[in-house]
Amino acid sequence: MPDLLIELFSEEIPARMQVQAADDLKKRMTDGLVDAGLTYAGAASFSTPRRLTLTIEGLLAHSPTVREERKGPKVGAPEKAVEGFLRGAGVTRDQLEERETPKGAIYFVAIEKPGRPAAEIIADVLDATIRNFPWPKSMRWGTGALRWVRPLQSILCILTDEEGAQVVPLDVDGVVTGNSTQGHRFMAPDRFAVSSFEDYAAQLKRAYVVLSPQERADAIWQDATNQAFASGLEVVDDKGLLREVSGLVEWPVVLMGSIDDAFLDLPPEVLQTSMKEHQKFFSVKNPKTGRIEKFVTVANRETADSGATILAGNQKVLSARLADAKFFWENDLRTAKSESGMAAWVDNLSNVTFHNKLGTQAARIDRVATLAREIALVVGAEADLAEQAARVAKADLSSEMVYEFPELQGLMGRYYAQAAGLPQDVANACEQHYSPLGPSDDVPSEPIAVAVALADKIDTLTGFWAIDEKPTGSKDPYALRRAALGVIRLVLENNVRGSLRESFAHGYKGADVEHLLGFFHDRLKVFLRDQGIRHDVIDACIAMDGNDDLTLLVKRARALQDFMSSEDGENLLQGFKRANNILSQAEENDGVEYSYGADEKFLEDQAEKDLFAALAAGGGAISSAIEAEDFAAAMGGMAALRAPVDAFFEAVQVNADNQIVRRNRLNLLSQIRKACVQVADLTHIEG
Amino acid sequence: MTEVSAPRSFQEIILRLQAYWAEKGCAVMQPYDMEVGAGTFHPATTLRSLGSKPWAAAYVQPSRRPTDGRYGENPNRLQHYYQYQVLIKPSPPNLQELYLGSLVAIGVDMALHDIRFVEDDWESPTLGAWGLGWEVWCDGMEVSQFTYFQQVGGHDCHPVSGELTYGLERLAMYILGVDHVMDMPFNNPDAPIALRYGDVFKQTEEEYARWNFDVANTEVLLRHFEEAEAECATILAQEHDDPKTGKRIIMAHPAYDQCIKASHIFNLLDARGVISVTERQAYIGRVRNLAKQCADAFVLTEAGGAGASVAS
Repeated sequence: MPDLLIELFSEEIPARMQVQAADDLKKRMTDGLVDAGLTYAGAASFSTPRRLTLTIEGLLAHSPTVREERKGPKVGAPEKAVEGFLRGAGVTRDQLEERETPKGAIYFVAIEKPGRPAAEIIADVLDATIRNFPWPKSMRWGTGALRWVRPLQSILCILTDEEGAQVVPLDVDGVVTGNSTQGHRFMAPDRFAVSSFEDYAAQLKRAYVVLSPQERADAIWQDATNQAFASGLEVVDDKGLLREVSGLVEWPVVLMGSIDDAFLDLPPEVLQTSMKEHQKFFSVKNPKTGRIEKFVTVANRETADSGATILAGNQKVLSARLADAKFFWENDLRTAKSESGMAAWVDNLSNVTFHNKLGTQAARIDRVATLAREIALVVGAEADLAEQAARVAKADLSSEMVYEFPELQGLMGRYYAQAAGLPQDVANACEQHYSPLGPSDDVPSEPIAVAVALADKIDTLTGFWAIDEKPTGSKDPYALRRAALGVIRLVLENNVRGSLRESFAHGYKGADVEHLLGFFHDRLKVFLRDQGIRHDVIDACIAMDGNDDLTLLVKRARALQDFMSSEDGENLLQGFKRANNILSQAEENDGVEYSYGADEKFLEDQAEKDLFAALAAGGGAISSAIEAEDFAAAMGGMAALRAPVDAFFEAVQVNADNQIVRRNRLNLLSQIRKACVQVADLTHIEG
Repeated sequence: MTEVSAPRSFQEIILRLQAYWAEKGCAVMQPYDMEVGAGTFHPATTLRSLGSKPWAAAYVQPSRRPTDGRYGENPNRLQHYYQYQVLIKPSPPNLQELYLGSLVAIGVDMALHDIRFVEDDWESPTLGAWGLGWEVWCDGMEVSQFTYFQQVGGHDCHPVSGELTYGLERLAMYILGVDHVMDMPFNNPDAPIALRYGDVFKQTEEEYARWNFDVANTEVLLRHFEEAEAECATILAQEHDDPKTGKRIIMAHPAYDQCIKASHIFNLLDARGVISVTERQAYIGRVRNLAKQCADAFVLTEAGGAGASVAS
């Protein structure tokens, strides 16, 4: 069985697209071949900056012959119908067969589709794959209409069997398949012919191309860590960067260089960001001091001077970059340490629009500061400090460093607030108030940071609610879902107690507070569902008073979830539902509400009396437990009701003939309902 | 590879690029006589990348970026600098090789340096233009932009032009081993009157930085912007048939001059810090609108390929 080798050779493919493209090539080709009847034993794909390669082993040499039977018109049908059938099936009249069926004699025909040679099928599938390739962005070039990620220069496509290798002929808008490729752009640019995948990979390696991205990444990482280790240093792990760098080279050569002493005082984050973003350098740090002292760059070639020229060049570029960063850092520090401190930066923000309906960043800071004072009371922070932190938290947006590296916002704020001599809590709040940014991001815990983080997010949410820019469907351009989840996590992880409605009321004016709270409840459901809490349990708790105190709400939900998964809970729920159903029906029929308690003197059965006693004792216990927010104790009280409730329904007929007894029993049921719904609105619970 | 001697001055690098691209068949053009932010604005690129007619041009373009002024003190940043620009339509299949040849011509030894094509998609919101390509790195330094134009002035490019842009000062500093732009030899360092870049431009950098940042009259500039915008519209609103000569004369280039003017005035206003973030988008949109109208007009002209059969 033959093996297939395909290489699509182009000008440099963006690093971030290579691995996905190799996967897409494999999937589209193998799917297409299998659909056409060509099965195979195994397939693998690879990428380098200039090529996507696919190898398929053990492919069928021909697609199998397919026999298919088609049913035609009735015997004796009009001539036109028969002719139409013959044309459609591509057969002649003598091939028709008459067959008796329960519906009479019908024409049948057996069509044999002969198998096609692999090369033909491969050419078709490859042509379609190239023309419909799912590049995130593609382009045209020259005078052609073909689209590829960058100009497609050559296609290698060979089928190899015992006889040798055969080119699969195909012409894609002038790019014609062949059996040759090129090595490294500079180190081995000549074309060479290949006869199989093994031959291809081996020749490429001799031509300074490592085909597998994983192999390149492993080699880079190993070499980088070895070189760093030899100097008593370690490479700062960065998987994303490693992946990207592996996609920028065909022949990786790791070079380690020094950072000029003049720059070692820069914050390590600045060094790391500048080196990574601009130069794609790895940072190399001294494990003893935590300082970044060297860098690792990955070149794409070997040179006669062992990379000395390349390293010197890179070092020079880095120095120029870091000179910029140092310039920004020193200017910023001067501003921060000046008499007006960070205030000048804040003033600048009055020229920066946050959103055209929500005013400037400066106006927003004023609102957040006011709100932070209110929230400070709830989270146990000093109001003055919370306000101070809110006022400087976004000042660094005006700094030169953050202008250059937006991803350093907050972090630079912390450094500059420290330089300005502000309290450490305030400086920390500058950095932490953006958090949590994602579901796995850490949640701040210092009260001032918590106050500012909450105020910042609540201002955003109430603001966008007020101007009616809520998220819809998959559209959430202002990341409001993330902001709401941030509030939820800040509140829950810090056990913040307080009314969200009240906080919303102190936020941007004009928001539909109840709608916003509903949005929070939806986010909360998603959040808690991931932690295994049932949505009906949450609904039962949301239906209670105090549902804008998320800490209370979740405490209740957790206790209820535990109770509902116990045997007592399940049974009590059945009892509650039964009581509620009977009661609701009776109330509807009778047109009255049975809300007085039962009268002891009309109790007849023992089960009835026991339930009455249990409710008298338990009802109060549950209320006081709820009062004390001891939901576990409340659930315990509920559990104690289970046996008497079960016994009551076992032994007692509610709809007694005696109307007084019946009414009394209905009033007893209403006591069950009342006791239960203090804990949560159990009507929402399913099952 | 033949041994290429090292150039010794800024101008020698420019002259070698001129000679190289002339030898490769480009029309070596002169800079456009208006203030522009980049070589792309030269009509030899912007307008000529439109339509079906083949084109090949190379030129130096002085470029002004008022916000980048540093009074001549920053080793790498200037408010006035030079770009070398090559535009070939349709893009030839060996454009990468041609480009690498130009680096060899100016003294980059391919056996010692690490040249890389790193993804960089180019977009000019003011020109309504975009393309795909790379920034070219030499030992980690960006030395050129390499772009296949896909759209200009809102028009799909067909055929596609290949555009090369070299930041001349940065490239030359690297090749000449100079750390501060002002120290770079401008002419032959052995010439009787040897001039450094600073001898030519240090003073002008100071003067323009002061004017750009603090003195330029923003009211006047705002008015000029409006006037350029209005003039562009007026020009394009004229009848295509000239009543005086009876010829069909669509004035795409004069209109485009007004677009260039508006764009530069916008850059000056930006440097003066009088344009807020929200207004910024609106101004860029207004310039883009001019660029689009000029492109619409140009494709109706002969140079824009009107009446010609589509190149195959």
